[in-house]
Amino acid sequence: MANFIQQVVSGLASGGIYGSLALALVLIHRSTGVLNFAQGELATLSAFICWSLIDHGWAFWPAFGATIVLSFLGGAAIQQTLIRPIQDGPVLGVVILTIGLLIAVNGLMTWIWGGAGKQFAGPFSTAPINVGGVAFSKQDIGVIVISLVSVLLIWLLFARTKLGLGLRAAAVNPAEARLTGVRVPMMLAVGWGLAAVLGAVAGVLAAPSLFLEPNMMQTVLLYAFAAAVLGGMDSPIGAVIGGLVLGVLLNLVGTYVHWVGGELRLAVALAVILGVLIVRPAGLFGHTAVRRV
Amino acid sequence: MRVKLIAFGLGVLALIVLPFPLSDFHTVQLATVGAYFIAILGLDVLTGNSGQISLGHGAFMAVGGYTTAILMSDHGVRDLWTIPIAALVAGAIGVLVGIPALRLSGFYLALATFGIAVVLPTILKKFDGLTGGSTGITLFGKPTQTGHGFQVTILGRHLTNNEWLYALTWTIGVVLFVVVWLLLDSRFGRSLRAVRDSELAAAASGVNRSTYKVAAFGVSAAFAGVGGSLLAINVAYVSPDTFPIQLSLYLLVGAVVGFYGSIWGAIIGALLIQFLPDLVHQVPHIDSKQAGPTTFFFGAVLIVLMLLLPFLLRLGALLTNRGYSRAQ
Amino acid sequence: MEARYGEIRALHDVSITVDDGDFVAILGANGAGKTTTLRAVSGTVKTSGDVLLDGSKIFRRTPESMARRGVAHVPEGRGTFTTLSVLDNLRLGAWVQRGVSQRDLARVFEFFPRLYERRDQQAGTLSGGEQQMLALGRAMMAKPRVLLLDEPSLGLAPLMVREIFDALQQMNEGGVTIVVVEQNATLALRAAKHAYVLETGRVVLGGVAADLQENESVRRSYLGY
Repeated sequence: MANFIQQVVSGLASGGIYGSLALALVLIHRSTGVLNFAQGELATLSAFICWSLIDHGWAFWPAFGATIVLSFLGGAAIQQTLIRPIQDGPVLGVVILTIGLLIAVNGLMTWIWGGAGKQFAGPFSTAPINVGGVAFSKQDIGVIVISLVSVLLIWLLFARTKLGLGLRAAAVNPAEARLTGVRVPMMLAVGWGLAAVLGAVAGVLAAPSLFLEPNMMQTVLLYAFAAAVLGGMDSPIGAVIGGLVLGVLLNLVGTYVHWVGGELRLAVALAVILGVLIVRPAGLFGHTAVRRV
Repeated sequence: MRVKLIAFGLGVLALIVLPFPLSDFHTVQLATVGAYFIAILGLDVLTGNSGQISLGHGAFMAVGGYTTAILMSDHGVRDLWTIPIAALVAGAIGVLVGIPALRLSGFYLALATFGIAVVLPTILKKFDGLTGGSTGITLFGKPTQTGHGFQVTILGRHLTNNEWLYALTWTIGVVLFVVVWLLLDSRFGRSLRAVRDSELAAAASGVNRSTYKVAAFGVSAAFAGVGGSLLAINVAYVSPDTFPIQLSLYLLVGAVVGFYGSIWGAIIGALLIQFLPDLVHQVPHIDSKQAGPTTFFFGAVLIVLMLLLPFLLRLGALLTNRGYSRAQ
Repeated sequence: MEARYGEIRALHDVSITVDDGDFVAILGANGAGKTTTLRAVSGTVKTSGDVLLDGSKIFRRTPESMARRGVAHVPEGRGTFTTLSVLDNLRLGAWVQRGVSQRDLARVFEFFPRLYERRDQQAGTLSGGEQQMLALGRAMMAKPRVLLLDEPSLGLAPLMVREIFDALQQMNEGGVTIVVVEQNATLALRAAKHAYVLETGRVVLGGVAADLQENESVRRSYLGY
């Protein structure tokens, strides 16, 4: 039983990471209809930047803060320079561009930091805490807390602030938002910036447990995708809950179903995507999209 | 049409003539280009014509490559005969993937195929009894290799091993090009493009969308399988590192660069995949052992291409006077 | 002024003057260019020719900048933010203002009590008439100087339409300049002070609303008698 709880908590920690990245995917998808393929690589890039700062002597939290700021600016910059020129054209073109971005950033990271994995000492020690006979890793708890706090902050931004209102309006009805005075192009840049921030959080939280190397977030991107699909592609809450559910599910399956082990968890995630899309395409929280004839 | 025939004729002529002035090493490089060429042809069928994006074609190449390797090394099958078998195996798996793929549209399919490409090396390593795990399978010097150990003679001329590989790869390449050309020009191709352009209209016209989409996946995978098989034969070695995620990504870049999914551009894409790494390493300060810069430039090429695409399409429309046929 | 949609010229030679505090109706059949005229003013569509506000030319007309100058444009179809709540929609209306004034909100709810009842509902679930009220409410929150409305009566029950035009009347009395594009000429001419008639992108008639109501050709083409 103790092992089960440990696995659940551990799964929630991974799930927090998947959920953060999934939320980033949903954010961009909701506002522009684009599935940002580069979201994972950008998250890895953020993790590398954080690592570099720490390597140069910065303490973790200041490095993390700086990374967040840089990621926001980077995300907004990418939207303004690469996406904006073609965002009025077919969505497929934009998506292929994000694939190109995925490739380019992946190559860039290998170029700068090399392909070998790096040790990333997170802010939390891996020492266990014992609660009632069950050993929890401090790191797992820390990851859960930080991912939930970030998600909460983003939610507050969207639901309670004027900026958030503008962001939501620009996503729902950009033409009308402009008539109301909302600077839609700027909202899109902010949206991408926030998505990059969520990605940075996911990347930095993932780095201690996975090896920090250029391909680190590729599997996480797929898990995030599975989480977003599970939650309903345009539902922010769904993305987060989907992430948590998926994290726990994958951990339990990986532990208790032996031939799956650690390696085939991705295959399980892919099966989840497929299953959801076949049985209930709208996911847990999404709206069934009515296809206009 | 006549232009296409002339272009085709010139292309075949060039293929026949090229090995003579070129060194042996360059010849085998061009042979590898041929393998990529065939894989990209497959991708063109899928992405260019049926509108389904695949980021996992490296995986189908791997299926073909490993089928060839396993048959040659464990079952004593002559390399030539493994090629059609590789095509069948890859094609079958393509069909199996194509069926659930029906449920996925556009980018979701791309993500799912991306997933396949990412998971592939892990699977290859896990089933190491069959695949030789991380060390892979060496084909060099095996008796099942044609052209190695004994000389191949064609029309009274002795071919070196590399020339043989070139001849093999490109003969198959040209044949498959003709096949795909005919296929896309036929009713099959038209129905495929109808499905791509408007699923609803195609359904209303009585085209069974599912059959065509799955068939496209199967054909596309079979082509990639042949490409992978030829790659294995060319390089005489397969391992999980022969088919990394980057390969799948490069294949897509190659297909897009090649006139956005047209089979007439496949050669450009194939040349790009083979020679961009070399070009990149010509740039000063870039160490030829580094893989990062190459990948970066592939990505940059794709980004720049997509940024220029609207402009290029307009230019193309002006030149060919055909309006926005590819406006999608 | 002249306006184009791609290759198609929608407006050829349109010249309209609206005085401060006026209530102007723009009439015409479908495709006459009425919507395009409004879009030209709000900057949704590019044009050659000028828009002068208070006698001075406005150079870069974008929807956002026009909104900030106090020009509110309620397009055909109301432009409701469907997945946002009614309250959020109204809050959004006040975007160009400094903050959301509770007093302004209260005033909108006074005008349209039904909106208050549905304030937490998703705006997309409202009926057509209610959405029109919401659109007007949003415009009110912006405290505009000029209000442009495109086909406010479209698809609404007569009672609803009456409420809408009553609200417009009150706003006009409060000093807001109103320009309404309407296919329902009878209604529009009764409410407006001045009117213009557009036909295939050109102004064919213009003047005091009451006069136009008496005009032979107007009566025959647009008023049905």
